[in-house]
Amino acid sequence: MTIRTIEFDGVIVGGGGAGMRAALQLAQSGYKTAVISKVFPTRSHTVSAQGGITCAIASADPNDDWRWHMYDTVKGSDYIGDQDAIEYMCSVGPQAVFELEHMGLPFSRTDEGRIYQRPFGGQSKNFGEGGQAARTCAAADRTGHALLHTLYQSNMKNNTVFMNEWYAVDLVKNVDDVVVGVIAICMETGETVFVKSKATVFATGGAGRIYSSTTNAHINTGDGIGMALRAGFPVQDIEMWQFHPTGIHGAGVLVTEGCRGEGGYLVNKDGERFMERYAPNAKDLAGRDVVARSMVMEILEGRGCGPNGDHVHLKLDHLGEETLMARLPGVCELSETFAHVHPKDAPIPVVPTCHYMMGGIPTNVDGQALMVDENGNDKVIEGLFACGEAACVSVHGANRLGGNSLLDLVVFGRAAGLYIEKALREGIEHTEANQDDIDRAMARLNKLNNSQSGETTAQLRTELQTIMQNHFGVFRRGDYMQEGIKKLADLRTRIENVYLDDKSDAFNTSRIEALELQNLLEVAEATAIAAEERKESRGAHARDDFQDRDDENWLCHSMYNPVNKTVGKRAVNFEPKTVDAFEPKARTY
Amino acid sequence: MLTVSIYRYNPEIDKEPYMKDYEVDTQGKDLMVLDVLEMLKARDSGLVYRRSCREGVCGSDGMNMNGKNGLACITPLSEALGKSKKLIIRPLPGLPVIRDLIVDMGMFYKQYEKIKPFLINDTPAPAIERLQSPEERAHLDGLYECILCACCSTACPSFWWNPDRFIGPSGLLQAYRFLIDSRDTATEERLSDLDDPFSVFRCHGIQNCVQVCPKGLNPTKAIGHIRNMLISQSV
Ligand SMILES: Cc1cc2nc3c(=O)[nH]c(=O)nc-3n(C[C@H](O)[C@H](O)[C@H](O)COP(=O)(O)OP(=O)(O)OC[C@H]3O[C@@H](n4cnc5c(N)ncnc54)[C@H](O)[C@@H]3O)c2cc1C
Ligand code: SF4
Ligand code: SF4
Ligand code: FES
Repeated sequence: MTIRTIEFDGVIVGGGGAGMRAALQLAQSGYKTAVISKVFPTRSHTVSAQGGITCAIASADPNDDWRWHMYDTVKGSDYIGDQDAIEYMCSVGPQAVFELEHMGLPFSRTDEGRIYQRPFGGQSKNFGEGGQAARTCAAADRTGHALLHTLYQSNMKNNTVFMNEWYAVDLVKNVDDVVVGVIAICMETGETVFVKSKATVFATGGAGRIYSSTTNAHINTGDGIGMALRAGFPVQDIEMWQFHPTGIHGAGVLVTEGCRGEGGYLVNKDGERFMERYAPNAKDLAGRDVVARSMVMEILEGRGCGPNGDHVHLKLDHLGEETLMARLPGVCELSETFAHVHPKDAPIPVVPTCHYMMGGIPTNVDGQALMVDENGNDKVIEGLFACGEAACVSVHGANRLGGNSLLDLVVFGRAAGLYIEKALREGIEHTEANQDDIDRAMARLNKLNNSQSGETTAQLRTELQTIMQNHFGVFRRGDYMQEGIKKLADLRTRIENVYLDDKSDAFNTSRIEALELQNLLEVAEATAIAAEERKESRGAHARDDFQDRDDENWLCHSMYNPVNKTVGKRAVNFEPKTVDAFEPKARTY
Repeated sequence: MLTVSIYRYNPEIDKEPYMKDYEVDTQGKDLMVLDVLEMLKARDSGLVYRRSCREGVCGSDGMNMNGKNGLACITPLSEALGKSKKLIIRPLPGLPVIRDLIVDMGMFYKQYEKIKPFLINDTPAPAIERLQSPEERAHLDGLYECILCACCSTACPSFWWNPDRFIGPSGLLQAYRFLIDSRDTATEERLSDLDDPFSVFRCHGIQNCVQVCPKGLNPTKAIGHIRNMLISQSV
């Protein structure tokens, strides 16, 4: 089947913070740039980010130093974040944040007129010696909304082409295995086209929907990861999933860590502020992995709240109504809607909830996607780039610090844009894709469109999410995980043969959901196999059967290879350019 | 058992739109309308609607529930039903329907684009952020939070009659957001863009927009401010 070709200099799949920052950079340089997004850009998941963007802009503390931020991030990552990338993010960060402000982002302000910064977990002054820092730049508790709308507006100003409500299906590779674009469906009409590009950037966001309980939007189905894996490219540290301490019990909806940053704290059924026991110094602002595990311990030991003792309470009433309405208006709204309590009167019932994918498509600091060759050396995947939550550059390692994702989006979205701009100027030539190349990329969609029977998407999706929730949650154990891997293997054939009964063209969301389900499976399987393989506890990956961190064997990235479903290792970068490396230490808060 | 009646239209199959009834067992729970739609989609995969965040911040699932526009994900059944026994769901009124509950938002976005929804400031940017006092920043509260859900504009009779010429409540709220931003230097240009009989002055202050805004914003008030700015500018 021949399909229409549309051509651009750069194509960015994803209209969230990362994608739109990359697009802006390219569009500003005059290159023909398109953003493909399965939702209107301001409906991307970045809109949900509440607490803020962490960055040493030295507003709250005039002496703040990006090196302190770097130290916190390395420690937070449990030492498998790449130090060259973290150095880049923390040092370039202030410039990227100021650019956002110049674009019009409505940050909250201090009396001096500067950007307001609030304390977040895992933040310190003076390399962990100077107490709690306040480094997270905020627009009330709607920072993601403010950031995403500002970036959309700036792209509009710079004439970026938006292909809104278009869905990218699979990568097109040419005879040289170079990525030359994607197959995409226009959701409104059902037309399928080949979007050809010299540079294809995946900024497709996270995949929290592999779990049944998640803070993530319905659309967070890991499409970029699925497409990369199907094309035979590896993913890195994909076993590392962050469970956020404060998802609203029963609903999964998040209330920001900024609640604790502003002075809120967690209590068990006895009203005890239990984090004082687990993290005597940082208390409720210890790393997220530490807080989430402490909460689960409280619940398992019978000190949970509610009739089933299955959650704990986030206490905020002591902050007073005025502070709550000024600093956390969105949280008050969410709490009333989903927990039926106003935090000025009663605590919010919360439970650790799947939140963020630390792993993803491995990239270098320029956003170029990487694989590992036979000799274990990094090899650039020509034509493919990644940034944002879909990428693993890696600045978050085994545990992301709050507020570091939004910074990651704008710093590395910008960096990818800068690199592609330079590469385009120097000239990029790829062999044209031939009909076979396109047919190969169309195979999955064709199979789905021709399906005659099978199970439905909704049913299979629930099954997948249940397996992940039960076998790969906050605490993990070898035998449980092996059982989970078997169940996923059984699910694979069934999901590959999912039945699409609605074959119509106009806005067929069933077709999209079936394609998304297949991506969820790719992410889930990679997560499962990598998690079973990493025989230690580090950051968010906590194993009952290997409770200690094992620096001798596992101070490294995991690299999941989809071709033979094996897990390899890749060295962590310990060579920042301008500072001494931070050597691994025991991680206490 | 709850009866849910949904507007259905698939241009490839249906000559005309029709209402389809479903019986749903809510097990006595006060679900959100979006939860009910998800239950129905699992049964009837041909039913389509937009949704993303499921927490009222992305603006995807604006629709008309028992006569009132709102976001399905944060509208509990009890609120949508009121005293009624039946839930009636229709697409947002006044925009062309693509399929079922999905409307073509093109006209709505176009009005948004018209007001130049981006900061304009010709002075060279400083090395750090532009300063803004908390008081100046407070002017943006109640404006910047708009999620472009179109609940307001599609509840506005003036927008129904003149969707191509009247900016509509959402767009005007955003127009005011930039007019009042202490960092923006294009006030005059912005006002002259709006200075015609239609863009602003078609608003008759009936406040339908205020009643439906799921974010509790007040476009009418913002429109009043713009009117005042336009009037004082012309004298
Ligand atoms: C509730 C919540 C609160 C958070 N708060 C914070 C915070 O305060 N601070 C912080 O730093 N981080 C926060 N995070 C994390 C952060 O918001 C996300 O990691 C980040 O927004 C991801 O941005 P992104 O640009 O990578 O992807 P997204 O914003 O998820 O965007 C993905 C884009 O890809 C598009 N897309 C995906 N697949 C396809 C496809 N197949 N075809 C076409 N388009 C596709 C989507 O349409 C979308 O435009 C929060 C996360 C959650 C869940
Ligand atoms: S107040 Fe104005 S904008 Fe709002 S609904 Fe009425 S006419 Fe429309
Ligand atoms: S003003 Fe309110 S109703 Fe109108 S688009 Fe914005 S959020 Fe929606
Ligand atoms: S799904 Fe995002 S507003 Fe309802």
